[in-house]
Amino acid sequence: MRSARRRGSYGVKRAPYLFLVPATALFLLFFALPIGYALWLSLRKVRVSGLGLGSGARTEVWAGLENYTGALSDSELLGGALRVLGYGCIVVPVMLGLALLFALMLDSERVRLAPFTRLAIFLPYAVPGVVAALLWGFLYLPDVSPFYFVLDELGLPQPDLLDGGPLYLALSNIAVWGGTGFNMIVIYTALRAIPAEVYEAAKLDGATPLQIALRIKIPMVAPSLVLTFFFSIIATLQVFNEPTTLKPLTNSVSTTWSPLMKVYQDAFGNGDIHAAAAQATLIALVTLVLSFGFLRAADRGNKRDAGQGDAR
Amino acid sequence: MPYTKRRRLVSSAVAVVLGATALTACGSSSDDGGARSGPVSLTYWTWAPGMDKVVDLWNKGPGKEEQITVTVKKQASGDTLVTKILTAHKAGKAPDLVQAEYQALPTLVSNDALADIAEHVGDVKDRFADGVWQQTTLGTDAVYAVPQDIGPMMFYYREDLFEEYGLSVPATWEQFAETARKVKKVAPDKDLTTFSANDSGLFAGLAQQAGARWWTTSGDKWKVGIDDGATRKVAEFWGGLVEEGAIDNQPMYTPAWNKALNTGKQIAWVSAVWAPGTLTTAAPDTRGKWAMAPLPQWSDGESRTGSWGGSSTAVTTDSRHKEAAAEFAAWLNTDGDALNALAKESGIYPASTSAQLSGAFTSPPEYFANQPDFYKKAARIAETTAPSAWGPNVNVAYTAFKDAFGAAAKNRSDFTAALGTMQKETVADLEKQGFGVAR
Repeated sequence: MRSARRRGSYGVKRAPYLFLVPATALFLLFFALPIGYALWLSLRKVRVSGLGLGSGARTEVWAGLENYTGALSDSELLGGALRVLGYGCIVVPVMLGLALLFALMLDSERVRLAPFTRLAIFLPYAVPGVVAALLWGFLYLPDVSPFYFVLDELGLPQPDLLDGGPLYLALSNIAVWGGTGFNMIVIYTALRAIPAEVYEAAKLDGATPLQIALRIKIPMVAPSLVLTFFFSIIATLQVFNEPTTLKPLTNSVSTTWSPLMKVYQDAFGNGDIHAAAAQATLIALVTLVLSFGFLRAADRGNKRDAGQGDAR
Repeated sequence: MPYTKRRRLVSSAVAVVLGATALTACGSSSDDGGARSGPVSLTYWTWAPGMDKVVDLWNKGPGKEEQITVTVKKQASGDTLVTKILTAHKAGKAPDLVQAEYQALPTLVSNDALADIAEHVGDVKDRFADGVWQQTTLGTDAVYAVPQDIGPMMFYYREDLFEEYGLSVPATWEQFAETARKVKKVAPDKDLTTFSANDSGLFAGLAQQAGARWWTTSGDKWKVGIDDGATRKVAEFWGGLVEEGAIDNQPMYTPAWNKALNTGKQIAWVSAVWAPGTLTTAAPDTRGKWAMAPLPQWSDGESRTGSWGGSSTAVTTDSRHKEAAAEFAAWLNTDGDALNALAKESGIYPASTSAQLSGAFTSPPEYFANQPDFYKKAARIAETTAPSAWGPNVNVAYTAFKDAFGAAAKNRSDFTAALGTMQKETVADLEKQGFGVAR
């Protein structure tokens, strides 16, 4: 009896590890291993000798941090980062602002046709990014766009949306169109979770709907705003589909417009996977630092607010 | 004990490696000798539409007799496939046969992905023009591929609109520029054509016609001549036209471009022998209104053209049946039935000179029914193709072209500066990889 029980407890002790095995194995195989391989690749390079023809002319050698210094001193990668920064400065505030506005409007008491409106705003998110970019690309091309036709008929000026500054607006518009719905649903769900008593109390205190929105609803959905902001930063840094799809339509989008496009070009256009691996690692690091830096800052802000609340 | 065991393993591994080297050193005849005794099955990566039907002819005919079965795996075209082949080759798993554009051959050879099939296809050389054949040997004694299709460049124009505007077909580039200006005068909202920066092959072909040789070798070094006199002449010419607004600066292959061709907003197109196919889809409403003429020349009385596109069939170093694969590659691109099927199913213009005037090419393409001698003319033009000179990083030069010339066309600014960027980036990439580069 005693020995059996001991065996049983031993088995129980081992059980958690057994349960962990599938997840750990999958994590190692499909996450840690590829990342490790990318890191390994980023520290190596191909060395060619002479004309590079025939066998044995190409060898893979240790490069140390050469690929990283190369990436950091690459003006095209930096230029891409700046372009994406400019793009993000338009996309993130506009998209989240609209998402918050729509969520608040849907949550207000006097709204009509709420389910339909919610679906209509959310629907673009279901359209694949490439399709969305193609669709908008057509609308941006003066010769085939119905918008330009109308502008032309009305005798209004016809801006070139695929050039210079307007290009950023054109690209941002695609992202905002596609992303607002998703963010709105996240915020809206948080709004629905606020208990009705809170509103009742506010109304008894004589708060107007606007005051309720500004003083109660927005502060109470702050965590989901932080979350959507976090997602948006990551999505912005990884922008690839929209500029890649618009590229063939215009001379203004280069093959290395965004950092990820540069990685893609180096890996699959120029066949330099080592430089591409180093750049990908750097982009991942920057994404990590920016997004988690933001999360921590938001967290600290929350704690401070909470502390002030206690003091009062 | 385990120590000795491991040592034995290591030494036998070394022996295997040495054995393999010895085998490769003897050439592929020895390993093929074994392969001959039984049925062989080969994999073929290609992007040509309808290739499976052409390959069926082989599998049911000569392939069946020799027990060589070929399986087609349809691929994406161009640079993407080069990367895919190189990745597969890295894992030692490249298919037996691949379709490769001529300009990609040096890149593939420099990665040791393509086998020298000289001894298996030696006698097919006479079927091709020298300029075409030379692209598959890279100027060495080796043969890395069998030419499949070519893209000699030509001038396409709207016959009806040329007549309406009182234009004559330009025989020289100077006349071409005059024609462009005249179009602007007669019909200000129309353009003769556009300078498109989104297909580097077009510019490469134009430079080739002018006599440029972008990559040459001297001894153990590559010499990059992108920024040479001939190419600069071409860049200045087109840059000048774009700058003065005589032609459009928007890219090709966009919905807007299709519309411009279809509605007669652009009335000419510098293209290649495959243009009828593109025009059929891009400008369906103008069928029968276009005509083809030789490319304008740099000086009167000359007749030279460049090539834009074209590809070959190559055997990889990973193939375990190189002789069988080479045999298939030779059949595919020289056999009459195969070439007829290629023309019918895949719509290619054959590199094999004898095929250019037979079978499918005795009547004009449907879109050019108004020009009965289309293919006779095409074959004569193909004979005048200038030699080309590709190097191991054409992909890098092509990307540099798209970005630098795209920006220059957009800003209507100096094309020679863009050419300088292209030269600089190409040389820098070669040096970075460690190639010997002559300055």
